[in-house]
Amino acid sequence: MSTLGIDWITCEGRGLCAELAPEVISEDPWGYPIITPGQLPDDALPHVRRAIAACPALALRLVEDDRRRS
Amino acid sequence: MTSWERLLPGSGASGELRDLGTHHQVYGRLDLRRSAHVLIADIREAGLTGRGGAGFPSYRKLEAVRTASRPTRGRPVVIANGAEGEPASQKDKVLLTHAPHLVLDGLQVAARAVGASEAVIYVHEGPLVSAVAKVIEARRRARIDPTPTRVVSAPARFISGQETAVVSRVDGGLALPRSVPPPVYQRGVGRRPTLVNNVETLAHMALIARYGGAWFRGLGTEAEPGTMLFTVSGAVQRPGVLEAPIGVDLDQLLGIGQLTSPVHAVLIGGYHGTWIEYADGRHTLSDASLQSVGARLGAGVVVALPASTCGLVETSRVVTYLANESARQCGPCLNGLPAIAHALTGLARGRRDPSLPAQIETLSHLVEGRGACRHPDGTARMAGSALRVFQSEIDLHLVGRCSATAFAPILPTGERPARESVGVGA
Repeated sequence: MSTLGIDWITCEGRGLCAELAPEVISEDPWGYPIITPGQLPDDALPHVRRAIAACPALALRLVEDDRRRS
Repeated sequence: MTSWERLLPGSGASGELRDLGTHHQVYGRLDLRRSAHVLIADIREAGLTGRGGAGFPSYRKLEAVRTASRPTRGRPVVIANGAEGEPASQKDKVLLTHAPHLVLDGLQVAARAVGASEAVIYVHEGPLVSAVAKVIEARRRARIDPTPTRVVSAPARFISGQETAVVSRVDGGLALPRSVPPPVYQRGVGRRPTLVNNVETLAHMALIARYGGAWFRGLGTEAEPGTMLFTVSGAVQRPGVLEAPIGVDLDQLLGIGQLTSPVHAVLIGGYHGTWIEYADGRHTLSDASLQSVGARLGAGVVVALPASTCGLVETSRVVTYLANESARQCGPCLNGLPAIAHALTGLARGRRDPSLPAQIETLSHLVEGRGACRHPDGTARMAGSALRVFQSEIDLHLVGRCSATAFAPILPTGERPARESVGVGA
């Protein structure tokens, strides 16, 4: 299991991630991503991977569960 | 209160401890020949926690840096963080002004404990830079520091002291937060494992290295041992920096029966802290005790707000200041803090919009945990606590009234502090 990490300094709020993985990512009033809290459901992973790959700022990453929270 | 004073004996007001000879007369010489393991074990036994606000166990931070150290990564760097960005806090400046040798001793202890090859003291631009440089030079001439130490300065901004901002600046960059991971204890200055400790934390380490962990536990509570520097201001006779054991009663710290006016609320921990109801000063100042009112000691800021002053006006002014102090790097902070400040200002100025408190609540939740540093979280916490503690004032404002009879600002917001507030209280 894993979670989705965001580099907030890099993120520009372009909003592609929320379009590509709407089941776990929504947008705040300014267009920045809001991740649904908790573990990513397995069936969301293909969409999440697509969102990570499509992010123009390369601001998204998968964080494996056993890793120390930053 | 004298027996409490470990870091600032005689309230440190004399300034004699700036002299290395006097420092050694008062505290004795520091013996750095003991092994890193013994030093860390002493600090663990002492139960020392970080005094910069986060309150993390100090020995664990030392162990983390020591463990992260690898021959391929280069030897660790230790940094004394004296960049006290909080306008309501003066304790680090007072400590560095009156007892700088304790801080520099502690930096050597930390360097020894993690095996560092380089030590840095990090302060805001201003008079402290040359003062600290002089102290380092005196110690160099006395040949007492095995680990070379230099001064690095940063603009006097609120977030300059944030851990990753410190590392960025010492690395030669801007004093702005960086993205983590990896954490700085793994990869900090020059990609080397880096220890960043508040200057007061280091001063306590200097004393633990001399007198031991059991001695340190002689004051404070079982769970939170030792003394702490508090910056006390507001409706008190003598605002300033006071050293007291953790667990001291609030009314004792404020000066029993010596308030200059009735008090309704107290800001605990600082601008990233929490408003609590004054409740006749019947609070015990420890994290364990303050937990029941949702507060933490943080960096030891205690502001007694006079009941004649509007808490909403004060909070909106501070949150506006904090929004302006954003590094403007992260979207939720860049957009969210001004939105919170705007709603709070509307409330403070009596805009009759009953949705304002809920707006502030929603925005506060929205920014939490969504930044490279904790600036949005801290600001949201402070704003949220104002909604709870100043509830009756909010009700008044929403019908266009305000209970305040005094309008002079209580909480400072960035201008250079008045001379007297920098001094050490009795």
